[in-house]
Amino acid sequence: MAQLGSENNPLRVAIVGSGPSGFYAAEALIKSDINVKVDVLERLPSPFGLVRSGVAPDHPKLKQAILLYDKIAQSPEFNLIANVTVGKDISVDELRGSHHAIIFTCGAESDRKLGIPGEDLAGSYTATEFVAWYNGHPDYRQRQFDLSNEVAVIIGQGNVAADVARILSKTVDELKHTDIAEHALDALAESKIREIYVIGRRGPAQAKFTPKELREFGELEDCDAVVDSSELELNEASIKELGEKSNIGSKKIYDLFQKYSGLATSGPSSSRKARRCHFQFLRSPVELVGDSKLERVKIEYNQLSGDPFKQSARGSGEFYELETGILFRSIGYRGVPIEGVPFHDSWGVFPNEDGRITENDETVPQFYTAGWIKRGPSGIIGTNRACSVATVASLLADLDALDTGEEKTGAEILYPLLDSRNVRYLNFQEWKKIDLKEVERGEPKGKPREKFTFVDEMMSVLD
Amino acid sequence: MTTIVTDNCKSCRFTDCVTVCPVACFHYDDEMLYIDPDVCIDCSACIPECPVQAIFEDDDIPKDQEKWIAINAEKAPDLPVCDEQMDPLPGAEERKTELGF
Repeated sequence: MAQLGSENNPLRVAIVGSGPSGFYAAEALIKSDINVKVDVLERLPSPFGLVRSGVAPDHPKLKQAILLYDKIAQSPEFNLIANVTVGKDISVDELRGSHHAIIFTCGAESDRKLGIPGEDLAGSYTATEFVAWYNGHPDYRQRQFDLSNEVAVIIGQGNVAADVARILSKTVDELKHTDIAEHALDALAESKIREIYVIGRRGPAQAKFTPKELREFGELEDCDAVVDSSELELNEASIKELGEKSNIGSKKIYDLFQKYSGLATSGPSSSRKARRCHFQFLRSPVELVGDSKLERVKIEYNQLSGDPFKQSARGSGEFYELETGILFRSIGYRGVPIEGVPFHDSWGVFPNEDGRITENDETVPQFYTAGWIKRGPSGIIGTNRACSVATVASLLADLDALDTGEEKTGAEILYPLLDSRNVRYLNFQEWKKIDLKEVERGEPKGKPREKFTFVDEMMSVLD
Repeated sequence: MTTIVTDNCKSCRFTDCVTVCPVACFHYDDEMLYIDPDVCIDCSACIPECPVQAIFEDDDIPKDQEKWIAINAEKAPDLPVCDEQMDPLPGAEERKTELGF
């Protein structure tokens, strides 16, 4: 047989997950100097992962990353097989037979837990499910969020927490021309939430927002950002952290908090906006309290200890309670296992070395990974490009080992299997039809698109 | 809103930034990098990557660097794209030290 990677024997790679990491892995393979055929499997009919269902609807420019993914998808080497769940509709072993290598880029679909009593009370939610709900993800379409309370609490101070807080802070007018799902806009229009508390375990010098996300809270139509100036006092280690030249991002964030604390105390109360978003630090929830549903959250004040950049928060033994009926935790994601793939349970990732999946420290032939399921849920869209490029470099370095002499036929052998299992898969051209329909539905409302939020609705476009 | 490469990139061109750009909007000449504002999606992933803090958002750019907004927009589109890390320019490490990083 011709050499693997030559014109007559292309390297066939299956990519599991069509989010940014999947697309960047596909791009890196296609741009390499060997012949490849890439089949990207996606469990939903719609591609693009968190760019579609994670990025906030009021951040349309970020979603323009899709223009690049569209271009990658036009390459003749690229093929999308959507509406197919690996591990259910097709097994990992079957992919091993059909492809020389498999790159898992399936992200981190589950949440970390607070691990405190009452966490499962009604009214206690994850930021993930709320984000997926307002972004129209079919798995979360039927969720209900009780927005009838005046007080909402968000645990965590990263960009996802900021997204949740901002969506709760905005008026319907600020959201109605975005691609927010219709059911979410209707529910948010009835929201009674007035006070939003965004609570961080560590101090204002350690908040993980990007300056850009935090700056948006100074520009809201009917919500004030509030920071109590007493919360901005810093210990010595934090002063050192902010004085470090390389830590300019944290310095910018701290300066914004200072700006917000100045705003809260000046000006007449009559000029106050209808909603207030409070940023609070050095506290952790220790218990969610309520009979049948969340009524209040018990919070402990924290103290920082440790050297600069290594400070950790410890409970001070001083507590108070905050009345609230709705709480979102946004303290990190974790991956979900796939049958037949090694999984690191405590980290929630696929264990790997430079993107090669490992089991008991031995690399597993054919298995690679990139993105959040490889390195954990950190970084933003572009971070995954560097990550996927690195994994593809590992894969291409293994080319000789991947060449077992066995013929791999790629998607060709998968289609009859899927047909026999009554799985209705779709390709990228078919997705574009659904995409076009969504854009059409959005037009009369002045929205960039009105998403389909049920899988059946999406598929019916193709009938 | 846009993101801009400024003075500090000159004679450095470390290109750490381009590896995390989700849309390949960096372009280069013999001196430095430039961002094409029509392609950039303002994700700000590149900003913390720069070892000499040359990259700013336009609403956060120091006054004396504002001229770079126009220069990036003018120059980038006609220059070649840089989407893979290149070797820094000769003397880049010295310049980095000079800049206090």
